[in-house]
Amino acid sequence: MTEITPSQTVGPFLHIGLPWPDGAFAVPDGTPGAIVIAGTVTDGAGEPLPDALVETWQAGGEGRRGFGRCPTDEHGGYRITTVRPPADATEAPHIDVAVFSRGLLNHLVTRIYFPDAAENATDPVLASVAADRRDTLIATATDGGYRFDIRLQGDRETVFFDV
Amino acid sequence: MDLPLFESVSGVHPPVNFPDYRSNVLRSPKHPLVVLPQNLTETTAPVFGEDRIGPTDGDLTKQFPEEPIGQRIVVHGRVLESDGRPVPHTLVEIWQANACGRYRHVVDNWPAPLDPNFSGGGRALTDAEGRYTFTTIKPGAYPWGNHDNAWRPAHIHFSVFGRAFTQRLVTQMYFPDDPLLPLDPIFNAVPDEHGRRRLVSRFDITRTQPNWALAFEWDIVLRGSRPTPFESGEDHDD
Repeated sequence: MTEITPSQTVGPFLHIGLPWPDGAFAVPDGTPGAIVIAGTVTDGAGEPLPDALVETWQAGGEGRRGFGRCPTDEHGGYRITTVRPPADATEAPHIDVAVFSRGLLNHLVTRIYFPDAAENATDPVLASVAADRRDTLIATATDGGYRFDIRLQGDRETVFFDV
Repeated sequence: MDLPLFESVSGVHPPVNFPDYRSNVLRSPKHPLVVLPQNLTETTAPVFGEDRIGPTDGDLTKQFPEEPIGQRIVVHGRVLESDGRPVPHTLVEIWQANACGRYRHVVDNWPAPLDPNFSGGGRALTDAEGRYTFTTIKPGAYPWGNHDNAWRPAHIHFSVFGRAFTQRLVTQMYFPDDPLLPLDPIFNAVPDEHGRRRLVSRFDITRTQPNWALAFEWDIVLRGSRPTPFESGEDHDD
């Protein structure tokens, strides 16, 4: 473990190296049942981050299917097209999220859950989170998809995980 | 259920809150992180193929009709797990400033010249032994607004996936004997001196190409997996 390479910030110039033209599509455009998950990344002053990168990962796909990557726009917005993952034996449907930005020396990890999933009631990860913060992990339904805002700090700070 | 469990990284990475790096102040969470068990989503990762790699993505000196200005270098190494096991066929992405310390980016506007023949971006897949190689230009140092007379040491940004979400790593590679390293809050956010040293590449005369390019070697070590309690062979009845 002593040999592990430490993390450093992605910095403000990540756009030179990381975004892909098809990055926001965790499933190919036009996939039946595709949903859009969109939201805003904000800081402790409530200001949007125009220079963050949101990555999403859900198990069960082949190749890069299930992986999405979207830089935030000038309003802090991101949007990922994917399909809703199934529940597994122990956990409710969820998508893992990694947030990278200038100012973060390590990426932050959170999870997207779905508001209408009955399995949320018995999900062990949701149960491990303080009840008054649990809703920061649950997306809200919108026309054709879901909204999932990521608040790095302050009022209704998103729950982040140590994985 | 024999999913790998990835070892603790306690003390390896910079702290979540590190105000010496000014941009961290409003962006770092104040609530403690909640421990997430390593289940299926955390122990798997996307697999990328050659379709992610363009023909000149591994050689940043060949992306334009003419060559970029600067010291040509080869940067190579391996992506490994902490037990020494290589991570084959994993995606490595890099980005960097040009030889003058200027990024080809809309928010970089300090008065150093752009190089019309240098994008600063590269991609490669590791081979079966976990090896990667890039040919590029040695990046310059550049000033930033963190504190009075602040300069970032020359560095190349690296992004690596590994074989599990828990192994995802974005970091920076530095160059040996850089006098700016002791002054840099980002580098010094790494809590342990040995950890900081692991971010510094090694000059490599054996891969230096005569009359062509200096070489630097840098291995990237991801957290390794340990056997689960269920694999320890103690499930028999005595």
